[in-house]
Amino acid sequence: MSTVSLSERRSLSSFLHDRGVRGILYQIIALACVLGLGAYLVHNTLVNLESRKIATGYGFLNQEARFEIGESLIDYSAASSYGQALLVGFLNTLKVSIVGIVLATLLGVSVGILGLSRNWMVARLAGAYVNFLRNIPILLHMFLWYVSITYMLPGLREAISPVAGVYLSQRGLQFPVPVAAAGWSAAVWALPLGIALAYGVKRWASDRQDRTGQAFPGFWVGLALVIGLPFLAWLLFGAPAELSVPELKGFNFVGGENISPEFMAVLGGLSIYTSAYIAEITRSGILAVSHGQTEAGRSLGLSEGVILSRVILPQALRVIIPPTTSQFLNLTKNSSLSVAVGYPDLVSVSNTTLNQTGQAIEVIVIIMAVYLTTSLVTSAIMNWYNSRVQLVER
Amino acid sequence: MSVTDTKRSVALAASVLGATMLGLAGVASAADGPTLTSVKAAGELKCGVSTGLGGFSIPDSAGAWTGLDVDVCRAVAAAVLGDGNKVKFISLSAQQRFTALQNGEVDMLSRNSTWTLQRDTKLGLNFTNVTFYDGQGFMVPKKLNLKSAKELNGATVCVQTGTTTELNLANYFRANGMEFKPVVIESTQEVLAAYISGRCDVYTTDASGLASQLKNDIPNGAADHVILPEIISKEPLGPVVRQGDEQWTDIVKYSVFALLQAEESGLTQANVEEMASSSKDPDVQSLLGAKNAEGKTSGNGEALGLDEQWAVRAIKAVGNYGEIFDRNIKPLGLERGINALWSKGGLMYAPPMR
Repeated sequence: MSTVSLSERRSLSSFLHDRGVRGILYQIIALACVLGLGAYLVHNTLVNLESRKIATGYGFLNQEARFEIGESLIDYSAASSYGQALLVGFLNTLKVSIVGIVLATLLGVSVGILGLSRNWMVARLAGAYVNFLRNIPILLHMFLWYVSITYMLPGLREAISPVAGVYLSQRGLQFPVPVAAAGWSAAVWALPLGIALAYGVKRWASDRQDRTGQAFPGFWVGLALVIGLPFLAWLLFGAPAELSVPELKGFNFVGGENISPEFMAVLGGLSIYTSAYIAEITRSGILAVSHGQTEAGRSLGLSEGVILSRVILPQALRVIIPPTTSQFLNLTKNSSLSVAVGYPDLVSVSNTTLNQTGQAIEVIVIIMAVYLTTSLVTSAIMNWYNSRVQLVER
Repeated sequence: MSVTDTKRSVALAASVLGATMLGLAGVASAADGPTLTSVKAAGELKCGVSTGLGGFSIPDSAGAWTGLDVDVCRAVAAAVLGDGNKVKFISLSAQQRFTALQNGEVDMLSRNSTWTLQRDTKLGLNFTNVTFYDGQGFMVPKKLNLKSAKELNGATVCVQTGTTTELNLANYFRANGMEFKPVVIESTQEVLAAYISGRCDVYTTDASGLASQLKNDIPNGAADHVILPEIISKEPLGPVVRQGDEQWTDIVKYSVFALLQAEESGLTQANVEEMASSSKDPDVQSLLGAKNAEGKTSGNGEALGLDEQWAVRAIKAVGNYGEIFDRNIKPLGLERGINALWSKGGLMYAPPMR
């Protein structure tokens, strides 16, 4: 009997000394501590709020917001709910972030490539661009843009009109847009169809090239599909040509669309500031590709443009993408400074909501959750892209 | 790096969130004992004021806080601690103010805050009195040739975030079937700069703020800009305290009423001490805790948890309400109007101090 208990004890102690088991055990303990601390904090918060008679909960999201928002991608008025208002703010954040990411990437990659130019002047200018812009805090970038736009552009009545119907003034850029009609919505629906077809053509073309070695002008056919299909759809549905042209009436332009000075200031600040970082990342990524690759390309008789686009950049992308991802995340998060120049982003709308409802904790939790989700989704997309451009080892 | 450029107010809100979660700081004192105990123990009154609004709370050239809201803090400090200078002024932005009070960072707010039903209930706070009846107004450039706010349909309006002004603005335009575009900016200076640049047709804030900024902050103010006659909201401004400490609520409330009663009874900073011993008026004797013919005092101080000289000290420290108004608000170019005593056609009225 005693032997049995001894061997049992021995097996238990050897079980506990097993490295794998220990590892799991420590992880369980660590997780329990984190969850316990979290539960304690939440409980403590609720008790404190209760004892101070502060109302809690998310019921306010359905109440009437009773404030206006300067620009919105969806229908919104003061009669809409707080939930709707926060959604408007979130979409505005997305709008400025997505356009900002595209602009920052285009600018940054161009400047990064220029920085490697053999032309002394061009390379120095690119270097100056990077060092000057990334050493100014982003808030100052925004203020600078905002002040430039509001103080240097002419007033509403003296608006600059470079092309008939387009006006640039302190109130932003006002430009004509087509009046909604069946032809335009058909064109909008035809666009993704064209893109899908172009993608199919490209797949087929590269497949054929692999098999037969014959090149096919896939790019031009694809471009024709992307542009041509919407155009055809527009023609088929009656080719509507009526425009909503801005007209100065009373205090403001009526008709057309407007890009506000606030949006321009935030966009300018975010994209230019971030482009300086992306330029450096691009430059280092290209430098990371051994010079032998360029020389090999030249000895094969490839043109400099083809070497850059087909030999260097595909390899450089592996180095470029991970740090660029974090720049995209930074840009999105930096858009929360918008309220300083009056762009109604998520934080700006949340501020007003917080102040009117007094639900500080709930609103901050919403802000945190939204930024966290946005960042995680961005990372997921970029990680997926990153895994696609990694070297496929054969 | 760039991520660290987080907004100040969000940072504060987050720190408040943290404090609430951990149950730190002044939380314990709010729950354990009356605010009076902690104020006496600290030897100073922590009073939340604005980040700088001429006439209400603003540091002067020597760095000393002045203004109507500031004088209310000093009156309470004088009543409780015996010295109107034993106040620690804590500058709070519009978003920070209520959370700071809730968390015990300040003992009271005297920060041009509008009394509304929901603030009085849902925030766990109490408004004690009205120290200034304000209302939201509009300022426009003179060159627009406007006579009334009713002509503002389609205008672009500059407004500061974090106050009730955004809501009033939307309500007013909705009620009059008009449209507008808001430009909502966080800091006072930036929003004013946007208006001056011409980004907006209209600037809106409380009428007292408009008067103060027209005089102090806008270049060529009165010559180029005009305040429209419409007042579109009721903004009763007053001190705020935490709910659940009735004694402290009463102390703040009656310290303010004492200043009103002092004006009504003709007590001033200069004569209050003398009146305390010489006045034969029972109302004055009762307010000032003076002994009557039979050597009895009114017991007001005892009822509040203070000594009987509390009102004398408060009035001695800052003067009566009229003196405070003349010293701080009048230089802005604002008249007494509805802020006059009830006996002179205004709304200022103190209950009997007995």
